[in-house]
Amino acid sequence: MTAFILQRLIQSIFVLLAVSIVVFFAVYGIGDPIELLVPPQVSDAERQALIRRLGLDLPVWQQYLTFMGNALRGDLGRSFVHGVSAIELILARLPATVELVLLSMALAIVIGVPLGLYAGLAPDSRTSRVIMAGTVLGFSLPSFWKGMMLILLFSVLLGVLPTAGRGETISLFGIQTSLFTANGLKHLALPALNLAIPNMALLIRVVAAGATEAMAQDYVKYARAKGVRPRRIVGRHVLRNILIPVVTVIGIEFGSLVAFSTITETVFAWPGMGKLLIDSIYQLDRPVVVAYVMLATLLFVTVNLLVDILYAALDPRVKLAGTRA
Amino acid sequence: MSLSPETMTPVRAGVLKRLRNRPTLRGAGILLAILVALALLAPVIAPQNPHDLAALNVMDNRLPPGAASLTGTTYWLGTDAQGRDMLSAILYGLRTSLMVGLSATLGALVIGVAAGLVAAQFGGAIDAAIMRIVDFMLGFPSILVALVLLSAIGRGVDKVVLAIVLVQWAQYARLMRAAAMVERRKEYIEAAVNFGLPTRHIMLTHLLPNAIGSVLVVASVSIAGAITLEATLSFLGVGVPITQPSLGLLIANGFEFLLSGEYWIAVFPGIALVLLIMSLNLVGDRLRRSLNVRS
Repeated sequence: MTAFILQRLIQSIFVLLAVSIVVFFAVYGIGDPIELLVPPQVSDAERQALIRRLGLDLPVWQQYLTFMGNALRGDLGRSFVHGVSAIELILARLPATVELVLLSMALAIVIGVPLGLYAGLAPDSRTSRVIMAGTVLGFSLPSFWKGMMLILLFSVLLGVLPTAGRGETISLFGIQTSLFTANGLKHLALPALNLAIPNMALLIRVVAAGATEAMAQDYVKYARAKGVRPRRIVGRHVLRNILIPVVTVIGIEFGSLVAFSTITETVFAWPGMGKLLIDSIYQLDRPVVVAYVMLATLLFVTVNLLVDILYAALDPRVKLAGTRA
Repeated sequence: MSLSPETMTPVRAGVLKRLRNRPTLRGAGILLAILVALALLAPVIAPQNPHDLAALNVMDNRLPPGAASLTGTTYWLGTDAQGRDMLSAILYGLRTSLMVGLSATLGALVIGVAAGLVAAQFGGAIDAAIMRIVDFMLGFPSILVALVLLSAIGRGVDKVVLAIVLVQWAQYARLMRAAAMVERRKEYIEAAVNFGLPTRHIMLTHLLPNAIGSVLVVASVSIAGAITLEATLSFLGVGVPITQPSLGLLIANGFEFLLSGEYWIAVFPGIALVLLIMSLNLVGDRLRRSLNVRS
């Protein structure tokens, strides 16, 4: 187990290093931020001073080494636009994204697992067919379109939920959150639902397939023959066996939820990291883009590692690669 | 769809029969054919050239569907903020969306198939290097990779195609490698190797045509994914330029008017996009299932 974790850790560090090089050269190598940042009427001397202050006069490899050296100390550069540390800027937006992602994951599980279970236990019923057809829509329609349709339905036509912004927040252990105010939850409802739909569809499919498979197993037949109540069969034998794919899905999709929140945050003007990324791309605020990608990569890599370990802990049959080595 | 008698085998006949007996599939196929025809014929059938600013009349801006213009023509799907006929804009947008989706899929397919074939044929360090890159690419959400790339190279039809190719080639490489590895173990390849045929010849005339089938089928499903990705990137404002709007950009332009009840500017292009994606998905998916290919 230790060997496995160590091996994965080294792998993760290489991934981070590779991403830092690719992203740094992709984002810094092309395009000139000076054009955008300095108004044309500024004198040449002032322009040169600014280029020097931002370190843009150095060769690009030297810029990268400086960047990496600083990155290891937790400093990913200063935002060209806001003048503050890029990391701080992103971390300030982190709570908004995290609460959105967590609530959407919770929604996907709370709605997706029961629906999937229903569709899996009664695969031929009409309701099940409607559910399964719905999952196809949930997968394939673009996220921004679903978000707009939610706005059209709940905000424009019904007028019950707000369309944009984060609403009222309260401070909890120094973190601003809208999870505990009625107004905040109302603002959170549509974006969280929109972000949840693809995972809901995925969970329904995974759970339905798992339930159908488990119901045909000998141990379920045996439990039924023994006279175990159906409710207990589902709760104890079926649910437990679909837990592993569900945990995998949740883990794997966590990373893409952060990425997809970019779209949802743009549609609902939700002030999270994703909205910050889009805004920074518009303003050619390269340090923020680079810092976002580095943080997101760190997040993906960490989550993937945790999922692998959790997966092994949940299913004793899983032989971890590396334990044999 | 029909095959000449020489190429008709019992398996192929069964596939065709299964394809024909699906009413949803037939519906989706007809819909897809209509959409492609509309996109191809856009310059001929569109009432207006939506890219020609001189043809637009700003006085006609944001007219509801069915309204008549000052010159007497009817805007069946309304007009946008510049007084552009939405029907024409959608027809041209369909064209852009389809073109980007198809060329990006084709580009990704060529690169992915080449990489997968090389990896399977040569193995060893080359295989390991290619597959490491593939794993690396597939480890990140495609939307994020495309966003960051476009933030570096700017917007444009060619650049969006490039971004989609970059995020999609890896899946084809992985599929092609797996298919070619299976094929390479068969006896006819072994025979060709023992005959002393050049490696290039074996790769291109034996391995490629026999292993590419499943990859092509998966690619047909991925066209919808490419179109969705393009629409999303354009919606976010990093995709196609404003001078050549795709359906995604048309939707983005109409978004601000949605809240004030001028729904048609965003909703009609959206419906066109949804129909396009759903019909492509249905046709591709049924094709995949009929041919029994796992993605």
